[in-house]
Amino acid sequence: MSRENYEVVIGLEVHAELSTKTKIFCSCPTEFGASPNTHTCPICMAMPGTLPVLNEKVVEYAVKAGLATNCDISRDSKNDRKNYFYPDLPKAYQISQFDKPLCEHGYVEIDTDDGKKKIRLTRIHIEEDAGKLNHDEFGGGSLVDLNRAGVPLIEIVSEPDIRSSEEAETYLRKLKSILEYIEVSDCKMQEGSLRADVNVSVRKKGDSKLGTRTEMKNMNSFRSIVRAIEYEVDRQIDVIEDGGTIEQETLRWDEVSGKTFSMRDKEDAQDYRYFPDPDLVAIKLSEEYIQNIKDSLPELPESRKQRYLEEYGLSQKDAKLITSSKYLSDLFEAAIEVCHNPKAVNNWIISDISRILNETEMEPIDIPFDAKQLGKLVILIDKGTISSSIGKKVLVELFENPRDPEDIIKEKGWIQISDEGAIKEVVLKILEANPQSIADYKGGKDKALGFLVGQAMKETKGKANPQMLNKMFIEELKK
Amino acid sequence: MDITELTVHELQEKIKSKELTITDITKAYCDRINEKEGDVQAFVTTLTENAMEQAEKMQEQFDKGELKGEFAGIPIGIKDNICTKGIKTTCSSKMLENFISPYDATVMEKIKEENIINLGKLNMDEFAMGGSTEYSYFKKTKNPWNLNKVPGGSSGGSAAAVAANMVPWALGSDTGGSIRQPASFCGVVGLKPTYGLVSRYGLVAFASSLDQIGPITKDVRDAAMLLNIIACHDEKDTTSSDRPKVDYTKCLKNDVKGLKIGIPKEFFGEGINEEVKASLQKTIEKYKELGADIEEFSLDIAKYALATYYIIACAEASSNLGRFDGIRYTYRTPEFKNLKDIYKKSRSEGFGPEVKRRIILGTYVLSSGYYDAYYKKAQKVRTLVMNEFNKGFEKYDVILTPTSPTVAFDIGSKTNNPLEMYLADICTVSVNIAGLPGISIPCGVDKEGMPIGMQLIGNKFCEETLLNAAYTLEQAINFRQNYQPQFRK
Repeated sequence: MSRENYEVVIGLEVHAELSTKTKIFCSCPTEFGASPNTHTCPICMAMPGTLPVLNEKVVEYAVKAGLATNCDISRDSKNDRKNYFYPDLPKAYQISQFDKPLCEHGYVEIDTDDGKKKIRLTRIHIEEDAGKLNHDEFGGGSLVDLNRAGVPLIEIVSEPDIRSSEEAETYLRKLKSILEYIEVSDCKMQEGSLRADVNVSVRKKGDSKLGTRTEMKNMNSFRSIVRAIEYEVDRQIDVIEDGGTIEQETLRWDEVSGKTFSMRDKEDAQDYRYFPDPDLVAIKLSEEYIQNIKDSLPELPESRKQRYLEEYGLSQKDAKLITSSKYLSDLFEAAIEVCHNPKAVNNWIISDISRILNETEMEPIDIPFDAKQLGKLVILIDKGTISSSIGKKVLVELFENPRDPEDIIKEKGWIQISDEGAIKEVVLKILEANPQSIADYKGGKDKALGFLVGQAMKETKGKANPQMLNKMFIEELKK
Repeated sequence: MDITELTVHELQEKIKSKELTITDITKAYCDRINEKEGDVQAFVTTLTENAMEQAEKMQEQFDKGELKGEFAGIPIGIKDNICTKGIKTTCSSKMLENFISPYDATVMEKIKEENIINLGKLNMDEFAMGGSTEYSYFKKTKNPWNLNKVPGGSSGGSAAAVAANMVPWALGSDTGGSIRQPASFCGVVGLKPTYGLVSRYGLVAFASSLDQIGPITKDVRDAAMLLNIIACHDEKDTTSSDRPKVDYTKCLKNDVKGLKIGIPKEFFGEGINEEVKASLQKTIEKYKELGADIEEFSLDIAKYALATYYIIACAEASSNLGRFDGIRYTYRTPEFKNLKDIYKKSRSEGFGPEVKRRIILGTYVLSSGYYDAYYKKAQKVRTLVMNEFNKGFEKYDVILTPTSPTVAFDIGSKTNNPLEMYLADICTVSVNIAGLPGISIPCGVDKEGMPIGMQLIGNKFCEETLLNAAYTLEQAINFRQNYQPQFRK
């Protein structure tokens, strides 16, 4: 039997770091990239006697995420302790939520080849992130960095509604863009602020019973998620086709070999001994509180896309690409404010900017220049101050060292000399220095004109308007 | 005049009237500690040198009229599970033998704001688990009334130090009776406040839903004063109450006429020592004489409190003590092969037998398949216990019981029988289960001259009623004037 006879069943558990300024249970900053253990205090280091205090922003952000994904919001929720030993977990328990998550029964709608599809969400709950172990830095030992310990997370658990790696990717991208739009997470996958545990199983088409699933933990790029699912599906089908059975186990995806490896099987399954955290009081939310958050939700990608089609006449494809990232979409709108040329801004974003992002594997949020700079670039071209090919060079500059495009072209000497007097001066000077070329041209050698223009460009360091030079040389030579 | 025999309110007056200086007082206590510590063994860490320096500085400030704090210059002793910045906080465990807290517990901040002088950290059962202070890793504290007897526990060091006049007052902590029972054994006053009245921030957690810090003092007025200092809302402890501050000395009216006292008959039945019973009977008669209305009633649910307590307390402890893992500030085994080995060996070597017993019990009751039968059921019983007490408080202002079924027992007599040791908590645990305030005050002595304690239980946040009831009896029976520790060997 071939792969066509099997149905793939995928469920995702997505962890998103919330972009609150401070940690979930103390006032340490959540900022990424600080020196080890500098964003710590007695509370997040789990010094004896310390107590957690729940950051209210975390609840607000999680409720926002719940509302943006059509969840029911729990009016009465609580924190639970998940107990296990690991050096990156200083309390030896993670404060999470067990049987009363903040949000339940939601869905995310995705576009598939067969039209729209709802991926149901089981729940969204809040929890704290663990620290990090840095291995092999000093004599093969491991060093604990607790900067990340206590950074707030939401875990978004989907039902096993996803049927292919493509759907998994579409779902993840949609979820990511929703979280970005409601500004609860920066979703930087390479910094680990968005990561997914992927549950995969297969079953023969028509079977109603789900197959045994395996779980791949902590995946943090779309590419590896797609590759890992593809690999795991093939592996599971091969095992079944060979008459074997799938073991329920946790797998590790190895990017280099492109294979999954067993981390632990069901027998090693930990008993986390969940119980309500006695240090924290119940989370009670009023109708008014939830309504206020509902009212404050920003425009979501779907509705923005619709607006771009109608307001700016963008194509479906372009509108989808731009609205897939809140950052791109914000950049688009803000640049239009500056230059009032939506078509041009659209073109820059979908062509050159997207190309550079792809080539450099950069996330839109990492674009170093701002909308004002992009808008000014468009204006400079519209005014004829620079050509569009110089514009492309300016864009590269903006990526490398963002500053006012006008300063860039001045500094680089990319402003065209279009002043007739100035052009004429250069033309006369070049003609005076090259009598032979004049003779050649008059003798019928058209190539001499090219040489003269080239000399003039050299003289002006490329700044002279080439069309004007051409025209003026011909005029002078005809005299 | 022996300075160390004075209560804090007496010391306070004598400082004000300049009859005594701060240095006189601190010196007297340091001398007393030097004299008695060999016998009593109450301290894990003494800070006498430090204290003298502080006292001298404060005296200078006092002379200039610049010293702030109503209790400035009064010494204190602190149970060694309350975090003190820059000073070891060991919980009387090998695990934290060298742990120096980088921060002060909220109650310590309050103590420091008042310019109260810390004389040292007091011995306890390891991680506050025990009822005799015999489970300290460092030393066995002796009962000042009879040095062959235990001082009770887990705040045995605090109670013994107050009884032996080595500190004028002390802070203890109470999870199932750890303030009241040693206070009873040592003939002093011990108050466990309502859960949430005093911040737990900086108290090394044993059982988070039960732990409370409270005073151990020579008399009820001192207890009210120390409660004034430590009771406050704390943003760092979300379980702390945000009720407005009260002056607890104002309720000490020396009058119980018309006060309704309930006597739960289950607390006077089997297992309660006859001499204890007789002494309590006398106390009840005294209250009648003083004009209180006494009525017997049934608190049947109390018989389940002990089992409920040990399930909940151990469950929480098994999680709370996970952080002592050999990785950061704790004891770490010198030799290990891998991570699992660090955990296993550090925790096996760093924890004592009682702590291990409770971690194992707590891990068991939380594990999947047993959770519903134990932990969940215990939580249900806990609600029933609370309900029963609530019913009681519809009829009575306070509930009167013995603090402990017996007087202080001989050192070594129960360490091999954990269950018997647990039974020593039978009168006190239900108070923690229900989150109520409870106070123990001495009400008599047995034939051997060992003190007997009476426990009064109040409704939530009704410390004022409780303190006045205790104060009125104290004034009537004059225990301190009639009985003093003998340091019998």
